[in-house]
Amino acid sequence: MGTNTININIQEEQKRAEESIKAQGLRVLVCNGTGCIANGSNDVIAKFKELGADVSILTQHDKVTIVPTGCHGFCEQGVLVIIPDLNITYVKVKPEDVEEIVDSHIRQGKPVERLLYTSPKTGEKVYRNEDIEFYARQSRTTLKNCGEINAECIDEAIAKHAYEALAKVLQENNPEAVIQEIEKSGLRGRGGGGFPTGRKWRFTAANRGGKSYVVCNGDEGDPGAFMDRSVMEGDPHKLLEGMAIAGFAIGSDEAYIYVRAEYPLAIKRLRIAIKQAEERGFLGKNIMGTDFNFEIHIKEGAGAFVCGEETALMASIEGERGMPRPKPPFPANKGLFGRPTLINNVETLANVPDIIRKGADWFSSFGTETSKGTKTFALTGEVNNTGLIEVPMGTTLREIIFDIGGGIRNGKKFKAAQIGGPSGGCLTEEHLDLPMDYDSLIKAGAMVGSGGLVVMNEDTCIVEVARFFMHFTQSESCGKCVPCREGTKNMLKILEKIVRGQGEMKDLDTLEELAYAVKEGSLCGLGKTAPNPVLSTLKYFRDEYVAHIKEKRCPAGVCTALKVIKIDESLCKGCTKCARTCPVGAISGTVKNPHKIDQSKCIKCGACVAACPFKAIKQA
Amino acid sequence: MPALTRDHSDWVKVDSIIDSYEAKKSNLIAILQKVQEEFRYLPEDILTYIGTKIEGLSPATVYGVATFYAQFSLEPKGKYIIKCCDGTACHVRGSMPVYTSLKQRFGLEDGTFTSKDGLFTLETVSCLGACGLAPVVVINDKVYPQMTTDAMKIIIDTILDEEHSA
Amino acid sequence: MANTLFINGKECEYTDEPNLLEVIRKNGFNVPTFCYRPDLTQFGACRMCVVEIEGRGIQSSCTMPPEPGLRIFTNTERTRRIRKIVLELLLAKHDRECTTCDKSGKCELQQYAEEYGIKNIRFAQKKDNEFLPIDRDNPSIVRDPNKCILCGACVRACSEFQGHSVLGFANRGSKTVVQPIAGKHLSEVDCVYCGQCQAVCPTGALTIKSDVETVWSLVTDKEKKTAVQIAPSVRVALGEEFNLKPGDNVIGKLNAALRKIGFDLIFDTNFAADLTIMEEATEFIERLKSGQNLPLFTSCCPAWVRYLETQHPELLHHLSSCKSPEGMMSPLLKELVPKYFNGFTNENLYVISIMPCTAKKAEIKRSQLTRDGRQETDYVLTTQEIARMIKSAGLNLAEIEPENNDSPFGQYTGAGTIFGASGGVAEAAVRTAYEFVTGDKLENMDFYPLRGVDKNSRTKDATIDIKGTAVKVRVVSTLKEAEKSLREILDGKADFQMLEVMACPGGCINGGGQPRSCDNSKIKEERADGLYKEDTELPYRKSHENPDIQKLYNEFLEKPGSHISHDMLHTHYKNLFEHSYKDLKR
Repeated sequence: MGTNTININIQEEQKRAEESIKAQGLRVLVCNGTGCIANGSNDVIAKFKELGADVSILTQHDKVTIVPTGCHGFCEQGVLVIIPDLNITYVKVKPEDVEEIVDSHIRQGKPVERLLYTSPKTGEKVYRNEDIEFYARQSRTTLKNCGEINAECIDEAIAKHAYEALAKVLQENNPEAVIQEIEKSGLRGRGGGGFPTGRKWRFTAANRGGKSYVVCNGDEGDPGAFMDRSVMEGDPHKLLEGMAIAGFAIGSDEAYIYVRAEYPLAIKRLRIAIKQAEERGFLGKNIMGTDFNFEIHIKEGAGAFVCGEETALMASIEGERGMPRPKPPFPANKGLFGRPTLINNVETLANVPDIIRKGADWFSSFGTETSKGTKTFALTGEVNNTGLIEVPMGTTLREIIFDIGGGIRNGKKFKAAQIGGPSGGCLTEEHLDLPMDYDSLIKAGAMVGSGGLVVMNEDTCIVEVARFFMHFTQSESCGKCVPCREGTKNMLKILEKIVRGQGEMKDLDTLEELAYAVKEGSLCGLGKTAPNPVLSTLKYFRDEYVAHIKEKRCPAGVCTALKVIKIDESLCKGCTKCARTCPVGAISGTVKNPHKIDQSKCIKCGACVAACPFKAIKQA
Repeated sequence: MPALTRDHSDWVKVDSIIDSYEAKKSNLIAILQKVQEEFRYLPEDILTYIGTKIEGLSPATVYGVATFYAQFSLEPKGKYIIKCCDGTACHVRGSMPVYTSLKQRFGLEDGTFTSKDGLFTLETVSCLGACGLAPVVVINDKVYPQMTTDAMKIIIDTILDEEHSA
Repeated sequence: MANTLFINGKECEYTDEPNLLEVIRKNGFNVPTFCYRPDLTQFGACRMCVVEIEGRGIQSSCTMPPEPGLRIFTNTERTRRIRKIVLELLLAKHDRECTTCDKSGKCELQQYAEEYGIKNIRFAQKKDNEFLPIDRDNPSIVRDPNKCILCGACVRACSEFQGHSVLGFANRGSKTVVQPIAGKHLSEVDCVYCGQCQAVCPTGALTIKSDVETVWSLVTDKEKKTAVQIAPSVRVALGEEFNLKPGDNVIGKLNAALRKIGFDLIFDTNFAADLTIMEEATEFIERLKSGQNLPLFTSCCPAWVRYLETQHPELLHHLSSCKSPEGMMSPLLKELVPKYFNGFTNENLYVISIMPCTAKKAEIKRSQLTRDGRQETDYVLTTQEIARMIKSAGLNLAEIEPENNDSPFGQYTGAGTIFGASGGVAEAAVRTAYEFVTGDKLENMDFYPLRGVDKNSRTKDATIDIKGTAVKVRVVSTLKEAEKSLREILDGKADFQMLEVMACPGGCINGGGQPRSCDNSKIKEERADGLYKEDTELPYRKSHENPDIQKLYNEFLEKPGSHISHDMLHTHYKNLFEHSYKDLKR
């Protein structure tokens, strides 16, 4: 085998890139991810430029450059603007705030206090980035560059060590060593199942010789998860480099990134990144002057959650209906176009360059015994700080929700967290100190999945949440195998019956029996995991199901059909306002006498509750 | 049969789309995306044509792909395509009331998605990945964060005003 | 090399079985399945064949390759629970009017529901407004989506056998259906009516359009006379419906049964097969001499003819102008039976063909096959339909004493009988063409390279040396294989002079109208063996040696290719692409 001579001095390239970045002077980092764009980040950038900030007039800095970056993760506080000289993050920046930032911060070095983040715990403004608790407890490695570089400029990535690892493996020219390093790191698939990545590479590499493919699964379909989008938008070169290293390790020269069509910005930035990398000789033919060729194509999805399943994804790349097929044969033996194929998801591949560059030991210093490294979670729902976070594997739910997430909104009580999206399960108060790693979560009846983490408070109806997930999986079922196609549909029907208040106790038995048959009998992962939300809520919140069925009562007061609106006779003054407001004439009574609601007519619209001047009408 | 009335220029467009993807079966989804971009939906005769023109496909298989993916529409879509995100985060934070209010406003019955005047198409999507901004609504690729029924009303009013004054 | 694994604790051997299900069946066990069909790709969708494997959990046995030492359990509590739930779910959505269903008694869903004792269906039933319309306006196949369980066997058959994919999945999830594009009827698209979709369907979703009742009314009407012709492959398959073995030749029993039912005259399509060879061999020799319109395509298979007419009108000139044997037989009978038999007139005579084929039902309606405004063949009954007729007449074919058919038009040669297997037409043609061209006697008339009906024999080539001239013959079965040969022709790469095409895999012995054989690949091989066995047992093995054929030419047809032959026995074809749903750029 022997070492290769590569025609690129990556250290030189880095130095050059660093210098060109230094020449930019003060870099004002404006988040330009999908979330911040929705909040108006393009207008903020335009305003900065309009004010001439990037041509550095009249400032204490020689030069100022406005850098549109990838996602900082704290989308809810967008538009986020980071100015590194004072290590400050401004939140919820509007175009009309820009002038003040330029005048005060950039020209005079005086922070704009009103735009600083307010800690939900202390109610005080936070000056230094590292004091924002959302960031303080994180270990951002995969996501690190996302908020720091302009994804559309390859030099910015190079300055952050992009393609250094690729240069290293090409120079050393030892694919086996690369696989060993990945194995040693303990990296496991970040897309759901947690299969050891190195082993997957080894299986595929065993078929070295003929045509084979690397496929990157960027079909991030779990509702409530967007870490892959952030990487593709914010640091595309990290992904491309990871793919090229994988291609080198398994002996493949062609790759596909399958991206959901709902991510147009990710697609755009990946295309730019591929083009720039090809121009630099980091992708394409004879990479860095060696005989290693690696071409990456982008395939857009067209709206089908099931295409996140690897065999369905390959069918979709081949232009077919995204219907999974049974395994074996595994993609490592017979995958895309019938050839050996390595499929990893975005986050998994984005971990690769750092493992190679910093070593397996560095990587495995994070995490737990069986789950190494860091994991991104999309923290959403009823927490104070929502957004994208990255923490070492094994961090507890409590740390995530109460430290990083800043606790439950509006002082409400924590009720449950749904982890792993529609394939995952519910965790409750008893799990707050559970380390978040693959094996502990499986034991608790949940899964890491893609890392979606939705926090629910006491106002959330758990049966309705189970119904919501079932509705999602049944409408996303591909329809191929009977248990998933018909089983999820009938599970949904039963759940709908229960939330309508028409459930019977025997429905719970049928629901459970069906859930196990779907879990065990389905063809692919979608069906096998679809019953998890139902099974885990049945396990931890059975009493809520029973309340819906036996007492016809929704304990959280969410399920419309079970709401009961009552007039408190002791408070009712007989003003008749409610009777006049009721759209269906369900309220009767005479002036100055307590009124009554005819429950058979009431449609639970709540109009009377709002109308009553004496707060005598209550909804239970 | 709409086929009889289709202009020659339409076929030229379809042919050039097919050719630009080398008439390859594995590019079917991309071809359908381009056709939908061009015609705002996937007309049945064009699906038949693609199924006849590309080796390894048939009209029925093309139709099967077109009806599998949520992105494709076999009926003309409205000028404004409104996508209400109903991912977990959006759902928990009240996406359904926003959706329902739009549905009522456009007078859409179950199973119909485009308003009678052909102006609006209302869809739900599972997750747009903008969970921090929940609930999110996207109108023709512009993202509207943290929507409420009231905010939505103003946005639609604005669009209608623009339409009427145009 | 044999390996072993364990099924329900018993050590079992396996060799080259592609999946556990085959190993299970080979070793005397069984598991239910709807979607596994050995001649189609594995699908793994119905989940009925699930087994429990130690250390691997639940797996579908139809998709799992055998491995040494696996410990498999076929009837555990978990596997039975999955199967029962699958059945209950399917039945909830199924049109359960079993008694009036054409598949009643042969439906796999019905069978397993009975075996697994599904009595109580807890899930929401199909509502009245959820029933979809039934597609029955074509002559061959009835498609009832309300009985479809989405096993996808028909979709695979249409794609993998015919490369045609007239049927496809549409929509997703619980809204999935199987249909031609946009829910069109089969008559509105270019279905060739081969019936293979129906042959692999486990339920009543795809059935043969039955003409049994109409034929019964003809048989029982004293004013009307009936003449029957029986296709070669029917005789080696019909017995299966009466517990006889595949390949058992029941032609004599069938003759007798038909008489008992009340058909007036019984003839044999094999006779017309010999006649076809006389005409087609002559045509072939002429084309070889002139070098025009080569390769010659055989025209016996109506599904193939319709395929060419709809997909490749530009190649129609290659098709032999000969009608199919069945198509030759009918006008001859209409013309000559009144001359040979008392009480028969052209008006009161009805010709009924007993065929392995659903496409024949469509073929007889072609305008080219009418005479004086009347169809030359009045009705086609498939093997399945005649079996039903025999049963409803209270007869047990297995116990009937064989009888001879009526003469003339009854005697046939071995060349005629092998028409029923893929390669047979070509072999029969070569036997005669050789002797026509050379005038020599062909001693070795077994062309083994042209034989074989299994999955791996769908394209067969043989080169025959006709006195120094090498003639290359190509035999294909399935339209998917045919299309490859057509591509060679279109690309100018074809080096063969004759192309025999049968649309059904293995030829007519595996036709869409034959008794059910989709769960066992060997059945078609046994049927073909039955035909080749009869070939060796018959007194004549070359069509031109058939005394009745010689007599027919002497007394009526003059010679092959004569004017009268052309009028009675030859046909022409139409461009059916024009004005079809695919003809969009008009």
